[in-house]
Amino acid sequence: MKVITNTGDYVLLMLRVFTKPQKGRIFWQRLLDEIQGLGIESIGIVAFISAFMGAVVAIQTAYNIDSPFIPLSMVGFTVRQSVILEFSPTVISLILAGKVGSRIASEIGTMRVTEQIDALEIMGVNSANYLIFPKVVASMLINPVLIVLSMWMGILGGWLAMSAFGLVTTTDYVRGIRIDFQAYTIFYALLKTLFFAFIISTISGFYGYKTNGGALEVGQASTKAVVVSSILIILFNLVLTQLFLT
Amino acid sequence: MIEAKEVNKIFGGHHVLKNISCSFEKGKTNLIIGQSGSGKTVLMKCLVGLYEVDQGKIIYDDRNFSEMNFEQRKNLRQEIGMLFQGGALFDYMTVEENVMFPLNMFTSQTKEEKQDRVNFVLTRVNLENVNWLMPSELSGGMRKRVAIARAISMNPKYLFCDEPNSGLDPQTAGVIDQLIKEITDEYGITTIVNTHDMNSVLSIGDTVAFIYNGELWWQGNKNTILHSDNKELNEFVFGTELTSRLKQ
Ligand SMILES: Nc1ncnc2c1ncn2[C@@H]1O[C@H](COP(=O)(O)OP(=O)(O)OP(=O)(O)O)[C@@H](O)[C@H]1O
Ligand SMILES: [Mg+2]
Repeated sequence: MKVITNTGDYVLLMLRVFTKPQKGRIFWQRLLDEIQGLGIESIGIVAFISAFMGAVVAIQTAYNIDSPFIPLSMVGFTVRQSVILEFSPTVISLILAGKVGSRIASEIGTMRVTEQIDALEIMGVNSANYLIFPKVVASMLINPVLIVLSMWMGILGGWLAMSAFGLVTTTDYVRGIRIDFQAYTIFYALLKTLFFAFIISTISGFYGYKTNGGALEVGQASTKAVVVSSILIILFNLVLTQLFLT
Repeated sequence: MIEAKEVNKIFGGHHVLKNISCSFEKGKTNLIIGQSGSGKTVLMKCLVGLYEVDQGKIIYDDRNFSEMNFEQRKNLRQEIGMLFQGGALFDYMTVEENVMFPLNMFTSQTKEEKQDRVNFVLTRVNLENVNWLMPSELSGGMRKRVAIARAISMNPKYLFCDEPNSGLDPQTAGVIDQLIKEITDEYGITTIVNTHDMNSVLSIGDTVAFIYNGELWWQGNKNTILHSDNKELNEFVFGTELTSRLKQ
């Protein structure tokens, strides 16, 4: 029951979000701020997690190849496939749901409970559009960039681990990365990322915007935003994988 | 003039406003008083349309606000300034950006014109050299004054103040009250002030409406309020140690 009313409220809110900004210049300013806040500030954590995950995938694969018939270049191949297809678009999106989603929900929720949203409305500003739209656009612009960065860092991390522990030579690793490469997989990963960016920014905006009460409710809204966006990412991941890779 | 006609507001079974009819006059500070929880904020939010009334009408100088569509309301709202109970300053903007915000959003003034206007209204509320501070760096009284400056930056015809001096010391509270009164007189604004402070009532209460449990219980002004024989009103007016001793 609650799912139905929430979905209805979400759709109604989105109708107000996706309208033409009242003042173009202000929108661009807000967009730049959001790209900074939601994107640039996430670079560090994305790079860090990706490099270590790439390294772990590489190490796991290398230790599990014990047959002389499987070439060591399989390590590079496995790292590339798992990083591009799932790890970067899905796992990093989940991490961003936690980092960016809670930030969006608590920022907007705080504005709600301190009557800043009322103040916007009273001036005649479409607050939903003013607050949420730049965040959605910024997320959809910056998340793909972060995901591409994550792919590079994952593959790089794998290589560093292999060289450092002397498990696979650089030549073998690079050969593996090049085996049977299809540009389509990158396209597919970025498409998923765009979907997930939309989910994270709109769901978190929704939970922040409908906060009611005080500081406690802001905290709850931000938890809800993260949980619901994560669940939706996982569900849509299955649907999209089924749609595009078959 | 703003009129409320038989306004009712119900929150999920809780009847908060009961058939309130009253009018608020131009060029005067019209006070709404009542205990905490009596419905002052809800009434004010109904007047400006932040809450939809469940029954009744709101009229702004012969314009029926309740029947307006979104676009018409947006236009009317540019004639409204509002001071919220907590100030509601945008906390990621400086003082100057806060005050300039409505100008940026709704006018096509040049940078200089906007800057002049910002400095003018900030001076008007006796705030100078704070343009670059963030709201978190201001005291409570300064924050209220910035909020007043922002509310009047667009030259509103209607000014709403929700407890403008709550949380301030009596002197600062008096300064804020006088400021609101002066601005109202100076620009002929229709001003509505929510308060439960008897000092404000006696100093700036051109008209006073007493709300009791969501009903309009008594109407008068700062001169008549001390001589009413309304029991609930007297309990409110003489409810503090100071006022009850003064009465004796
Ligand atoms: N959004 C809301 N949903 C449900 N009930 C509400 C809502 N807003 C206010 N109320 C209820 O309406 C009643 C009046 O609240 P209101 O905020 O108008 O009081 P007030 O007179 O402004 O009090 P105070 O002086 O403390 O600010 C309260 O009982 C409150 O619980
Ligand atoms: Mg109130």
